Amino acid sequence: MANGEYEEILKAYAPRRENLVTAFQDIQEKEGYISEGALAAAAEYFSVSKADAYSVVSFYAQFKFKRPGKHTIKVCKGTACHVRGSGSLLAALEERLGIKEGETTPDGLISLERVACLGACALAPAIVVDDKVHARITLAQLEKILKGLQ
Amino acid sequence: MEILKSQRESAQKAWDDFSDAGKARVLVGAATCGRAAGALDVMEEFKKELSAAGLSDKVEVVETACIGLCYAEPLVEIRAAGIPPVLYSNVHPKDVSELVKSHIMAGKAVVGKAEAVMVESPYEGIVPFKKHPMMELQKRIVLRNCGVINPSSFEHYLARGGYKGLERAFSMTPEDVIEEMKKSGLRGRGGAGFPTGMKWGFARASKSDEKYIICNADEGDPGAFMDRSVLEGDPHSVIEGLMIAGYAIGAQHAYIYVRSEYPLAIERLRTAIKQAEEAGLLKRKLENGFEFEIKIKKGSGAFVCGEETSLMASIEGVRAMPRPKPPFPANSGLFKKPTNINNVETLAAVSSIMRDGAESYAALGSEKSKGTKTFSLAGKIVRTGLIEVELGIKLGDIINKIGGGCPDGKKFKAVQTGGPSGGCLTSQHFDLPVDYENLGAVGSIVGSGGMVVMNEDSCMVEVAKYFVNFTENESCGKCVPCRMGTQHVHMILEKITSGKGELEDIERLKKIAFTMKQSSLCGLGQTAPNPILTTLRYFEDEYMAHIKEKRCPALVCPGLVTFRVDAEKCTGCTLCERACPTGAISGGPKKPHVIDGEKCISCGACFQTCKFGAISRE
Repeated sequence: MANGEYEEILKAYAPRRENLVTAFQDIQEKEGYISEGALAAAAEYFSVSKADAYSVVSFYAQFKFKRPGKHTIKVCKGTACHVRGSGSLLAALEERLGIKEGETTPDGLISLERVACLGACALAPAIVVDDKVHARITLAQLEKILKGLQ
Repeated sequence: MEILKSQRESAQKAWDDFSDAGKARVLVGAATCGRAAGALDVMEEFKKELSAAGLSDKVEVVETACIGLCYAEPLVEIRAAGIPPVLYSNVHPKDVSELVKSHIMAGKAVVGKAEAVMVESPYEGIVPFKKHPMMELQKRIVLRNCGVINPSSFEHYLARGGYKGLERAFSMTPEDVIEEMKKSGLRGRGGAGFPTGMKWGFARASKSDEKYIICNADEGDPGAFMDRSVLEGDPHSVIEGLMIAGYAIGAQHAYIYVRSEYPLAIERLRTAIKQAEEAGLLKRKLENGFEFEIKIKKGSGAFVCGEETSLMASIEGVRAMPRPKPPFPANSGLFKKPTNINNVETLAAVSSIMRDGAESYAALGSEKSKGTKTFSLAGKIVRTGLIEVELGIKLGDIINKIGGGCPDGKKFKAVQTGGPSGGCLTSQHFDLPVDYENLGAVGSIVGSGGMVVMNEDSCMVEVAKYFVNFTENESCGKCVPCRMGTQHVHMILEKITSGKGELEDIERLKKIAFTMKQSSLCGLGQTAPNPILTTLRYFEDEYMAHIKEKRCPALVCPGLVTFRVDAEKCTGCTLCERACPTGAISGGPKKPHVIDGEKCISCGACFQTCKFGAISRE
């Protein structure tokens, strides 16, 4: 994204510290991650140092600093999902995709993440593929989902 | 209130029409659980089928929220003339055509798909909803509207007694409202169980021209989804509670701090706040001079924000780290102003208590734990879902009567209550009354209300490791006991579960746990050892099996279990070969398969996929 686009997003907020994290959330929603350019633009807008801004966003698990893949698979690692086998789902995905959680396939197609809990515990194990929650996922269904991602 | 008077009349009309059981309607439970199970596809299918039958303008398709029977999602209630309303479960798009033709067009219930009938007496053998095994022991106060009303309808909330609690609060002085809360015995439902009335009293007594109230909707406990369901199903009950609390302590500003992982809850809250603003309740001076505004703040995925000083730091736009108390938030909180923080469920209960009076609420529950509490049932239990029961109910009644015990005839082993801060209880605790005092006495907590059931296939040492891994990841790193303690404890548990443990490790675990409990800065570190201490207390034999015999009794820990193909039973169907993520299985069609131990990562994929029981674990 160009500098002007960051300003467009930032402008919606009064340049007060309390809006810093919310502004970063909006930027990530648009661009998918927090780029160096975004960090610089926000730091300037909120009159804080880049180091200060980075110290805040890097604290929170939500923020990413690398461009995510075209598709994102999030594996829920909540307690209910864990006892219903989300560990093997994650292991299988890591093996299949050849990446670890938090990484993106070299062709930029799929990012693999884990989330603390989606709150869909009653239908565990759950995964989220591009914002759609899939419930009671088995290894066989995982294969189908992977094949559908292009 | 004058401004609500005329609105109440039209609301009543809207509700009367909506709740008219004779009027043809399809109600689809479309909260997060329902949607994950495919509720939106089902809804589309209903619209299509009804349109094809030329019934589009006669039968309304409405979205409701979670009624709590999550295991049976997608759930659809169908109403039609001449037949009682029936709740259908596990409804898939392929079932829709039959439901429309039979229930709506022919007035005949599809008994095979029916979960319950929404009247008092049975109908064609279908059990009445109130007598449904999951519902019979429940007492719904906080969840009174969840799954019953259309959560996006202000009118429905209003007609069901909504904002009457606020009106009653306004007829009293703020001090009397606080007294009423104290009388009700309500304690904070977020986990710590601190008396709500007392908390409000502190914030009230604090002198300042500006005060804040925060609703903590950052439901971080993995395995818990009570607050999500309330926000998705009845957002106005939380807004009303916030307004009552604001009036009581003298606050003008409110924040709802909600997890960004809950997009639907955020959407419903935004709608509800806008409705309350349009109704004239927010952002303008009311008859009694009270003026209030509510802002939503999205969380960014930090579990430590369950701690109030961390949460406030997060709203202020800095790293969410806790700070020592005092000063307490009631004196110096958000932006250094007096601040009161309550949890979602607490605030939803406040609306009810103010509407119906403290006495009726205090009549429920046990001696020191009054009222009701919501719990989310998950894990290896037949009926997973959301329930609300009187405090003091026996643990065994929740697990066996409401939840239906463990599925597939497997043996119950433990239930984890209170999330990563809680503990694992066993069947020896089935007679234990579930309340703050009794769960505390056995080393666990009520917490926010997550209950995750484990059966004989769960390894308790591995479960303890799971929780410590969680708290290690979520530790903010500010204080040493929590930052280092969680890491060391995790390392020791890793050692034990990989078969390298020694007897001295048990003492090491206990010692570190003690230090963490005594000297961590906030609740996260102080309670992080609870899962270890309770599993050590009730499942010591499992630790010993790992340490002394290098054996995992539940056959879970990857380093201690091997998988083998039984050539006699193997049909050569290649299912396991295809399921194996590491290509460790070879054989080809119609030939017995072999597992290569070198490549096997013990993930259990083959064991799960095999339909012939040909894979054995040892």
